[in-house]
Amino acid sequence: MMRPSGQAPATSLPIGSDADLAWVRQQVRQYAAQLGFGLVQQTKLVTAASELARNTLVHGGGGQAEITALDDGRSRGLRMRFTDQGPGIRDLELAMTDGYTTGGGLGLGLSGAKRLVHEFHVDTEPGRGTTVTAVAWVTQVPSSRPGAG
Amino acid sequence: MSQPLPGQSAQVPVLALGDVLLVSLQGELHDGMAEQLQHDISSRISASEVTGVVIDISGVDIVDSFLGRVLAEIASTAALLAARTVLAGMRPAVAITLVELGLTLPGLVTALDVDRALELLSQGGT
Ligand SMILES: Nc1ncnc2c1ncn2[C@@H]1O[C@H](COP(=O)(O)OP(=O)(O)OP(=O)(O)O)[C@@H](O)[C@H]1O
Ligand SMILES: [Mg+2]
Repeated sequence: MMRPSGQAPATSLPIGSDADLAWVRQQVRQYAAQLGFGLVQQTKLVTAASELARNTLVHGGGGQAEITALDDGRSRGLRMRFTDQGPGIRDLELAMTDGYTTGGGLGLGLSGAKRLVHEFHVDTEPGRGTTVTAVAWVTQVPSSRPGAG
Repeated sequence: MSQPLPGQSAQVPVLALGDVLLVSLQGELHDGMAEQLQHDISSRISASEVTGVVIDISGVDIVDSFLGRVLAEIASTAALLAARTVLAGMRPAVAITLVELGLTLPGLVTALDVDRALELLSQGGT
């Protein structure tokens, strides 16, 4: 069972401006450092958060970020959830393709953020909004992956 | 020039070293500041005899697709204005993350630090 750990409660942050994006990045960095993520993993998490929060702002018309510390008894993790009540994503498979963009972007935000974390889920409904959830677990050095070896 | 809004950092300073512009990016860069910088560099190049631009990102702890795109656009604009751009000092964790993100910044010349970037520019050639 995945449960929020008692050490760091969930934090909810508004996403309404590019100053808010900077604040979300700082908060994710702080959580990740406290949970014991290494520098490379911290950088990946903050980068993923930046992509997803910007999508919430630019495509979703604003919304909120929720950051939660996790502890499954074996390792610690971080869950980031980005929610908006915007237009939603009509073709999710297409949106998840590298290079696909409906704006002037590079189309790397969603697909790239997915590669930067361990678990990734998009919940979207046209006309209702989008929620993207990303989870990463602190991996032991040197990066041993469950199931590998 | 307008004052930065409260809570917003000042504009990114652009220094001239001979015919090279040196820009040091530090810490949190808001999207608006990155776009402003893109504009500033282009006008500085076209207004003077600038042949090279060095962007020092050793103080930057993440590069996402937005900043990556701004950096690539600065380099392409500079190239159209006959100046070469070198990106200096990318942190290893940032480089690893960029590759995984899928942002490989083709066409952007890089150097390990500012000294080496300036050396590259002074060597001429392409
Ligand atoms: N929260 C959202 N609400 C609605 N549409 C979204 C949302 N997030 C992503 N999308 C859609 O998915 C597409 C792909 O998103 P992605 O982040 O990969 O690329 P982008 O934002 O267009 O460009 P960038 O590379 O700058 O992030 C977007 O162009 C947009 O159409
Ligand atoms: Mg995006």
